[in-house]
Amino acid sequence: MNTRLDPVRAAGTPAQGAAAARGRAGAAAVVAPRSPLAATLRRVASLVVVHAVLLTGAAFVLLPFLWMLVTSIKPPDEIFTATLRLWPHHFNAVDNYRHALTSAPLLRFALNGLIVCAGILCVQLLTAIPCAYALAKLRFPGRRALFVLTLLALAIPVQVPALPLYIAIAKVGFLNTYLSMMFPFFLSVFAIFLLRQFFKGFPDDIIHAARLDGMGELEIVWRIVTPSAVPAIAAFAVFSFVAHWNDLYWPLIVISDANLAPPPLGMMFFADAETGSNYGALTAAATILTAPLVIAFLVARRQFIAGITMTGVK
Amino acid sequence: MTTLAEETLAQKAARRRLRLEKLTGIGFATPATLLLVTVCLAPLAVLVLMSFTDYDLGNLDFKFVGLANFTKALHDPVFRRSLWNTLLYVAIVLPLGVGLALLVAILVHGRKRTRGFYEVAYFLPVTSTLIAMATVWTFLLHPKLGPINALLGVVGIAPRAFLSDPSLALPTLAMIGIWHLVGFNMVLFLAGLTAIPKDLYEAAEIDGCANPVDRFLTITWPMLGPTLMFVIVTSSITAFKVFDTVAVMTHGGPMGSSEVLLYSIYLEGFQYFHSAYAAALTVVFLAFILVFSVIQTFTLDRRVHYG
Amino acid sequence: MASIALKGIGKSFGTTGVLSGIDLAIADGEFITLVGPSGCGKSTLIRIIAGLEPQSAGSIEIGGRPIDHLRPHERRVAMVFQSYALYPHMSVADNIALPLTMQRLSVVERLPLVKHLSPRRRRVMREVMAEVHATAAQLQIEALLARKPAQLSGGQRQRVALGRAMVRHPDVFLMDEPLSNLDAKLRVHMRSELAELHMRLATTFVYVTHDQVEAMTMSDRVAMMDAGRILQLGTPTELYTRPATLKVAQFIGSPAINVLPGIVDAGGRVAVAGVAVPVRAPLAPGSRISVCLRPEAVAPRPRGAASGAGEVVIGAHVRRAENLGAEWLLHCDVDGLDGVIVAARIAAGDRPPPEGAIDLAFLPQACHLFDADGARIEAAARASAGAAAAIAS
Repeated sequence: MNTRLDPVRAAGTPAQGAAAARGRAGAAAVVAPRSPLAATLRRVASLVVVHAVLLTGAAFVLLPFLWMLVTSIKPPDEIFTATLRLWPHHFNAVDNYRHALTSAPLLRFALNGLIVCAGILCVQLLTAIPCAYALAKLRFPGRRALFVLTLLALAIPVQVPALPLYIAIAKVGFLNTYLSMMFPFFLSVFAIFLLRQFFKGFPDDIIHAARLDGMGELEIVWRIVTPSAVPAIAAFAVFSFVAHWNDLYWPLIVISDANLAPPPLGMMFFADAETGSNYGALTAAATILTAPLVIAFLVARRQFIAGITMTGVK
Repeated sequence: MTTLAEETLAQKAARRRLRLEKLTGIGFATPATLLLVTVCLAPLAVLVLMSFTDYDLGNLDFKFVGLANFTKALHDPVFRRSLWNTLLYVAIVLPLGVGLALLVAILVHGRKRTRGFYEVAYFLPVTSTLIAMATVWTFLLHPKLGPINALLGVVGIAPRAFLSDPSLALPTLAMIGIWHLVGFNMVLFLAGLTAIPKDLYEAAEIDGCANPVDRFLTITWPMLGPTLMFVIVTSSITAFKVFDTVAVMTHGGPMGSSEVLLYSIYLEGFQYFHSAYAAALTVVFLAFILVFSVIQTFTLDRRVHYG
Repeated sequence: MASIALKGIGKSFGTTGVLSGIDLAIADGEFITLVGPSGCGKSTLIRIIAGLEPQSAGSIEIGGRPIDHLRPHERRVAMVFQSYALYPHMSVADNIALPLTMQRLSVVERLPLVKHLSPRRRRVMREVMAEVHATAAQLQIEALLARKPAQLSGGQRQRVALGRAMVRHPDVFLMDEPLSNLDAKLRVHMRSELAELHMRLATTFVYVTHDQVEAMTMSDRVAMMDAGRILQLGTPTELYTRPATLKVAQFIGSPAINVLPGIVDAGGRVAVAGVAVPVRAPLAPGSRISVCLRPEAVAPRPRGAASGAGEVVIGAHVRRAENLGAEWLLHCDVDGLDGVIVAARIAAGDRPPPEGAIDLAFLPQACHLFDADGARIEAAARASAGAAAAIAS
């Protein structure tokens, strides 16, 4: 690599060239020096503009939450006067919430959500972890085909197999069960893909050492490799939980019994029943059903954001 | 120096290990593979097959009718309208959902003390249960009782029935879709912005890139390119899959102006039980999604190339 | 005129002080290095000169003009970053051209699609590209102009970064550890290239590094910094032969200087390891001082051999001998001092290096004395007949 700087090639003598060029640059760059006051004013003005824009946006974004909370503690007469008043004159919180809780089994909905999401997550992890490990570390026939299939399945949203699955479940008579709600989601191709990436980075030497120590492969997976992936698993758990807590399409199809309804479906039942009348109770119900996730978000903001935006890191 | 017999022993052991590894691999992958077939691949195959039949749920038998379902869809005004509505919805949600998120991300990125507050505020809709919030939105948009119309009244605009006006229903749902999406995209953009090395901006500042416009055009926009492509594609897919707000707020009305593809599929397949027809519509739906996903795969490749 | 004058520069981040009382006058065309351990503030100082950070106190003048209120691109400085900071999405040619396009084209002429409508732009771009080619030719990277930074090696990226700085014909070149990301061999090569570049361009170079070898080999003057202050400013030779503080003495020179604990006795004389050294230190008796000797100033002798005139001899045991090819580096435990290891250089000859018990001999004039705070002590050496004409300590 011939890399010596070539002193011969500069145009004219170096000193001449540099001086001439500096003159050029000088002529182009004579700028009136900015006074410190102008600089500060500029900075303050830009701050004001930035925050004005951001706050306007934030106001629009937070408006529904605010209104939800406020309406849920207002009495009906105040709700039905179309004013912009924010704070209620009289508090009707107890009534609204009581009505909401009694006319619909809201806590039941939340419980259903919990059961379904926990069940789904468990099976997802139980099946995905060994499979991801096998894809990452073991050689077996059909490995590449399996990987290609998982990639393909990644692109297929749940609404696609929904129809045939529904027919099959209906024929077997399994509609209106927890199992039917969980079944299509037992497989998480995303988890397999994500964990495979992670396991690929796990040092082979540790696994070899464990094998030499006499550990069975299953033990290796659960006791050595999985603990190292806990952050990724935790983020995925958040992602899975939130996605399935908020899912409407599939439960709508397989569940008609309100006792089994998860939060979105339950809310839909409740809203249908209370059409057009008791906004106080409606917003109270909405508050109750939205609260768990929102509180979880506020408590564990970083993990939440990391989990939900995992789709971005895919 | 090993003898022939010892060599064969070593080879035998190696072969045994290899076979054990193969069996273990297959064993580990089996549960997931079974699920994959049961939950994804088999239904997919059945779906495609079914779209070529005339099966309605409850029928005792069916026959193959070739592309009849697809031709029917092509000429079906309801389907065409719902496809059009879906694409219109995407066309509204996409530029605003991506553009606004980018703007907010750039503004929030520079904040130090208020950044946490803004992140929480904008991301809150993403965590909330959309159905519950949809109910709140119905109230917010109420012609007589909702604060939005009251606000409009203050400015002197007549109250509008957002959800009962055929020309307003879909755009209104689009606005709610944007509301739900902006925080998500904002976080993705923030991650992309954070990944831009700070000394690029410093070098650019020394080179003369001083005002915000120059900084954006020279560094931010090109460096965000891959993130931007990714956000556009995922937002397109998310928007295309719109269902919840339609199902809860408008039920496809008024007069079908907010009926979207997934809602049509839902009606055909699970209310009217025209299974084969719904299957055909689902195949169309899948085709669109696959196109978006393919684009996504190619842009991901480009992102890896970039570093 | 591109002299730089720093007066009273101070910088704090919140309550943490990073720089204080920096006074520095840099002559036009000088190559000055800011050297010091990590965290000493040298990078902060160079960023303040560039305008990337505002100083908390003090003023800066370039060429006699105050520049404190000027933005970075108005200061006519160019900077090479440690990571090179090349724009990854632009080709090498566009990277080098950027400073010029920013200078000569208006905002409208730079907007993505609109820019193609301007006829002036085409003319300006032709001029710009000519200059880019000229600069690239000087750095021998013309063949790389169409590539992107990701496709270049470390050394090539460095040249592109240099080209981007050179093409602006700045008054001052600022360099923030530009060689630290290169492998050792390339670093040695680039050292001489940068030195030659400086000679050719005759522009002021302000260079930041933590590597004292770079500081010594490339600079006209060196400013050694520690904890936000300049410990010593001088030529490389001055820093080597007359270090102002113990820290400077220990930082400059490889292998590091030997530090021996000494004590001032009743007569003001210095004693090391029980041996009297004929130098006087104007300190109270019983004060502890550091007696420092460069490895080449320590001569190993066989135990009991006759010492030269004026030499001080202390006993030691060889612990280990390092073979450096042209010379040996002996690591010895000093008798009577626990845990003090002295390194001594001897030229490699036919005979193997000494082992076991030896004597270490040195001249009193070669000692550097530092008090308990690390400040240099000017000691008077007792003149002895036949002592070599020594530099006055």
